[in-house]
Amino acid sequence: MRKKIRLKEFFIEAVLFLSAASSIFITLSIVIILFYESYGFFKKIPIIEFLTGTQWTPLFAEPRFGVLPLVTGTLLTTSIALSVALPLGLIAAIYLSEYAPHKVRETVKPVLELLAAVPTVVYGYFALLFLTPILQKFIPDLSGFNALSPGIIMGIMIIPYVSSVSEDAMRAVPMHIKEGSYAMGATRLQTAFKVIIPAAFSGIAAAFIIGISRAIGETMVVAIAAGMMPNFTFNPLEPVQTFTSYIVMVSLGDVPHGTLEYKTIFAAGIALFFMTLFFNILGFFLRAKIRERY
Amino acid sequence: MSEMSIAISEKLKSEVKNLNFYYGAVQALKNISLPIERRKVTALIGPSGCGKTTFLRCFNRMHDLYPGNRYEGEIILYPDNINIISTEIDPIEIRMQISMVFQKPNPFPKSIYENVAYGLRVRGINNKQILNERVEKSLRGAALWEEVKDRLHDLAFELSGGQQQRLCIARALATDPRILLFDEPTSALDPTATSKIEELIIELKNEVTIIIVTHNMQQAARVSDSTAFMYLGEIIEFDRTEKIFTAPTKKLTEEYITGRFG
Amino acid sequence: MKDIKRRIAISKYWDYTFATIGLLSSFVGLALLLTLFLDLFIDGFPRLSYKFFTSFPSRFPENAGILSAWVGTVLVMIVTALAAIPLGVAAGIYLEEYAGKNLFTNIIEINIANLAGIPSIIYGLLALGLFVYFFKFGESILTGGLALTLLILPVVIMATREAIRAIPNSIREASYALGATKWQTVRWHILPYSTGGILTGIIIGLSRAIGETAPLITVGALTFIAFLPTSPLSSDFPFISFRWLLDPFTVMPIQLFNWVSRPQKGFHMNAAAAGIVLMVMTLVMNGIAIYIRYRFRKKIKW
Repeated sequence: MRKKIRLKEFFIEAVLFLSAASSIFITLSIVIILFYESYGFFKKIPIIEFLTGTQWTPLFAEPRFGVLPLVTGTLLTTSIALSVALPLGLIAAIYLSEYAPHKVRETVKPVLELLAAVPTVVYGYFALLFLTPILQKFIPDLSGFNALSPGIIMGIMIIPYVSSVSEDAMRAVPMHIKEGSYAMGATRLQTAFKVIIPAAFSGIAAAFIIGISRAIGETMVVAIAAGMMPNFTFNPLEPVQTFTSYIVMVSLGDVPHGTLEYKTIFAAGIALFFMTLFFNILGFFLRAKIRERY
Repeated sequence: MSEMSIAISEKLKSEVKNLNFYYGAVQALKNISLPIERRKVTALIGPSGCGKTTFLRCFNRMHDLYPGNRYEGEIILYPDNINIISTEIDPIEIRMQISMVFQKPNPFPKSIYENVAYGLRVRGINNKQILNERVEKSLRGAALWEEVKDRLHDLAFELSGGQQQRLCIARALATDPRILLFDEPTSALDPTATSKIEELIIELKNEVTIIIVTHNMQQAARVSDSTAFMYLGEIIEFDRTEKIFTAPTKKLTEEYITGRFG
Repeated sequence: MKDIKRRIAISKYWDYTFATIGLLSSFVGLALLLTLFLDLFIDGFPRLSYKFFTSFPSRFPENAGILSAWVGTVLVMIVTALAAIPLGVAAGIYLEEYAGKNLFTNIIEINIANLAGIPSIIYGLLALGLFVYFFKFGESILTGGLALTLLILPVVIMATREAIRAIPNSIREASYALGATKWQTVRWHILPYSTGGILTGIIIGLSRAIGETAPLITVGALTFIAFLPTSPLSSDFPFISFRWLLDPFTVMPIQLFNWVSRPQKGFHMNAAAAGIVLMVMTLVMNGIAIYIRYRFRKKIKW
């Protein structure tokens, strides 16, 4: 009887353990598959040409494999998104944690979270068919597909990621430190900028990094509204292509398994993976740091 | 008590008259009246939960930070004759004149220098020379200058607990407060650091009026000139410190200082 | 004194200015959400009819509908839920109740945090290499469902862990003191008391999966499908068929993407109508999740 129970307990623990370990298996498969498929790509295309070429035309009769246009496209949409999301997200976080009455905070927060729940394809629709036509009224040079409009929409979409993590970090600053500032006659604004933000710095940095990683990896908004044109440009009014939207473009066509074109999406994938991996790990350690500080 | 109030009437810095205080619907302070002498140390003692910290925090309107708190009555600040707790007076204006040192050292995540300069910067003073002078003067005033003068730009967290608390005193002194409030300033410190802070308080009363909350009766006896014993939100007895500790008139006071409860 | 008063006035001026800016910034998102909904509604409402739900896509926008898309979404979600819930909850239980504090647990933790931050399209590439070509599931409903499983697994695991962590230790000790084994404690105490939090996490994960597009594009979900998958019920013994698992498919967001990518105005209206349906689906799911969290929070107080 005792033996039977022990066996059952052991069996259950083994199953649970395998489930937890499956996350490791997922990461390993990502790395293996990305490396395996892009190995075939880099065997044919020298890595120098890949990293320094300014033309990306893998599907042309005379293909070119310079990744820089995808880099500038990603940089462009990401930086537009961040210049919207970081200030708005931080200001909203300060407002919610230090200014807003309890009731306002409890209503605004779930609504902000909803922003992250809307399917990105709907945001793409909105960027292409609502925002771009409006922007064109003010900027006549703006082409129908451009980096600006999806960048702005992505920025608003990312606000909740930035604001909720920053707000948590600011609320984690102990009350007695905040009181120290108020007791000196400081206003809420002075307390927020001179005491709370420095104290919550690593948490706010982590929030920014989550935002950056989201913006780099966002796919559908740019795929729909930025035009899928690999332009080597920093002009936000022109159509561009990002790493993500390139993968979408190739996947939409009928590219046979094992061809060089097929492998290009894994090469783009591995570049994307390492960029976001870098930011994710940085963000993870910054967040771990706030936890140990207080 | 009446003979004493006549004797000190011209030397008052502040006077509390019929103060009531409410946390929402709960009344935390009941009908408190108390004179605060100029350049003297007034101690507030009593068992935990008696309202002494609540009372102290009325003086610089810390309760205004949280919704639902309400004051009734007057705390008059002399010589201007303004009522500190009047709703017409901005709490920030009060806090600029009445500084506070907290129970737990709470330096800001900034350098030692910037911690002391904080109150001045909040007041819009950014002149380097003035800041340097005032920072040095305050650190000397808090008996910390010799220990930190070579590392003013290190992070304040690197100081020991006692040093951090003296830094907080320096921070409070930098703005030339008219009253300095101490909320159990040594409860988080070891005996050596505690005696340093006590010496400092005795020295500081030459320049500034001090109110100190303490749960340590020996401390009250050592540093204060007059002592108020509080119980359940009321002042039970107020008198010269030596009188309170040697010949209290109320039974409750006697029981408390002889350690029979609290 | 006069100086101080002026100084306070300046400080307060900035304080209130910032309060206004902060309020506005917090409402930018809300304003966008409202505009977006209004825009979709104006463009797409005329197309929402019974016929829209029961028609296949078509070359003519006014005849086109979302039948194959919503059926596909439902089937893919069934696969995702069946795979992600047991796997995610089991992993969460292991990490909270069984795992010791060691290097391996640490690695799993960092790993899960990292998985949550990987762009969804990378999961699409993984599913393409692993499920389509390695396991040879083809470009099927099964592949699509498993791709989304990988994507929401971190959400389910983290929600499970958080819900379990909220249970005080005294409950566990009480159970062990009565002679219960670890699994009995989990089965009879930990799981029932954390159901609310776990359910919330599962629903939020599934609502994210419903709106996902990118990973399904890479695994080859089609944009134009004018038939339904094989019925799961068949007339012959054993009356249940799993052939549908290997059928090609499309889903709501992909249908929307397809329509929005076309130049004709008529298709844009279809896209808006599909957008309304998709938004309502995700918002309802989020609403349910918030409600469940609220209900359980009210019921159990430690």
